[in-house]
Amino acid sequence: MKRFWSWLWIALGAVYFFLPLYATLRFSLMMKKGELSLLAYEKVLTDPAFVKAFVFSAEMAVFTILVSLLLVVPTAYWVHLRLPQLKPVMEFITMLPFVIPAIVLVFGLIRAYSKPPLLLTPSPALLVMAYCVLAMPYMYRSVDVGLRAIDVRTLTEAAQSLGAGWPTILFKVIFPNLRSALLGGTFLTFAIVIGELTIAASLAWPALGPYMAVLGQNRAYEPAALAIMSFVLTWGSILLIELVGRGRGGLRSDQLAGTH
Amino acid sequence: MGFLELNHITKRFANFTAVENFNLEVEKGEFVSFLGPSGCGKTTTLRMIAGFETPTSGKIIINGEDVTYRAPNQRKIGMVFQSYALFPNMTVADNIGFGLKVARKPTAEIKERVKEMLLLIHMEEFADRYPYQISGGQQQRVALARAIAIRPTLLLLDEPLSALDAKIRVELRNEIRAIQQKLGITTIYVTHDQEEALSLSDRVVVMNKARMEQVGAPFEIYNFPQTPFVASFVGTLSILNAEVVNPAQGLLKVDGQEFYGPGGLEARPGDILRIALRPEIVSLKETAADMNRMNVQVQTITFLGSVVRVQVKLETSRMFFDLFNNPSLQLPREGENLTIYFPKSACLVLGK
Repeated sequence: MKRFWSWLWIALGAVYFFLPLYATLRFSLMMKKGELSLLAYEKVLTDPAFVKAFVFSAEMAVFTILVSLLLVVPTAYWVHLRLPQLKPVMEFITMLPFVIPAIVLVFGLIRAYSKPPLLLTPSPALLVMAYCVLAMPYMYRSVDVGLRAIDVRTLTEAAQSLGAGWPTILFKVIFPNLRSALLGGTFLTFAIVIGELTIAASLAWPALGPYMAVLGQNRAYEPAALAIMSFVLTWGSILLIELVGRGRGGLRSDQLAGTH
Repeated sequence: MGFLELNHITKRFANFTAVENFNLEVEKGEFVSFLGPSGCGKTTTLRMIAGFETPTSGKIIINGEDVTYRAPNQRKIGMVFQSYALFPNMTVADNIGFGLKVARKPTAEIKERVKEMLLLIHMEEFADRYPYQISGGQQQRVALARAIAIRPTLLLLDEPLSALDAKIRVELRNEIRAIQQKLGITTIYVTHDQEEALSLSDRVVVMNKARMEQVGAPFEIYNFPQTPFVASFVGTLSILNAEVVNPAQGLLKVDGQEFYGPGGLEARPGDILRIALRPEIVSLKETAADMNRMNVQVQTITFLGSVVRVQVKLETSRMFFDLFNNPSLQLPREGENLTIYFPKSACLVLGK
């Protein structure tokens, strides 16, 4: 009997989550009257504005990932190795983007960087910097979890005693063992940047978020198709994190073999 | 001049002194253990030799060279950690070859050396395994091979057996000693386990509260402890509170029974001193002339395998001693009155 109730709640939860998704999917397939078709998807994918917006957002995502990795990984590593007493401070700082709304952040950025000598608003660099702030909690937490899983200090010392310098320690010992954590942070950052609206719209960049917002106001079927596509993209990323994050240390060829 | 010299090493962290005026000379090929309770400064001293900590004052000299401020990766010191610290992303063979690869040795030479090391630790067939695929004992053997592979000038082991279970611990302990003797490598071994320190080492450094208490061969440390701390930390002791009768002669009294300790006691008649006896020094027969004797009553008998521990009572004082087990041993009965014997030189004075 207990089992029945558990299953009932699971079923209700599933209906709650999947029914709107199913409705959106079904609606996105009804562009052609009287039959199900992929016309809406075709329209979206062949729209040059979509392609432009997607490529722009993807580029921003790549830059954001690179800058975040360069900023966060060495910082988190150093905090773990030499300044463990700073961990709570770091955690507080990385939580700030959750507390400060994106709209506040972007207005602050515009006020601070829209006039010389710090005129950055015309440059996509400001957008990337803002995205780095947004992505910081996810990136830092992923890396932090990865570093907690390995004994950073002892591994570093073991490598040192064997004659290794800092580049060797970082690239041969630490990074390979953080691979799944780094990939996790990377995918999450990608997912955040690709769908971001507020900052991109406020800084007036032709990103995917604003494109989707405009499309949603003017069309019926295409936004539904876009929603499903972004959903698949996000879930695809999460699935990849899961597959890559399995096992200790990171991905190994024998573990990946089963995923092809 | 020793191969490794630690001259007046002191290490302070903020307002805490971890190591105070530590002096030691270690000969080439010698196996020296640092023994002491946790927090006594033994690991900090080892970490200073390795270069992971810098002494607040003092000098570290290896093979005539002052390395006090040299970076750890410039010291050519092999180190084995309690937590093994194998690189999880590398196979056993890659772990062992890591230091040689860093030193840019030719591939063929690395391969040869790795093979030699695997043979040394009897793990030839595990070359392609990852650390998570082998047991703790095997991981520590790989860690040892990795440290030795670079032909270090000095081998440092930081409680390498603490994370292993008892049987593997003894097995690996013997293996470490055998490898060390075969290669003749100068070794410093940190442990809080007295059995490990006594069984492995040429010399033992007993440490307590940031200071060196005594340095000596295991035999000396165990039989002739120079401080009350060494006496109580190394080995098991049975302690009696005895009244001083004649300090010059070393005559003492407990529950009305007189016996002799070492002469020239620094105490006044009537003082109470803590006198310790190793439980194995006591016997039921007078094996030599002029031994102390005491009349006691048996309280409990505990069978410990190779020895039988007998708990006895004088009038109010209690003590215990060990009898070596053998099948023909006549065990005393509980409540039985016995006379026990021990040499006068066996009494260790622990102080007031």
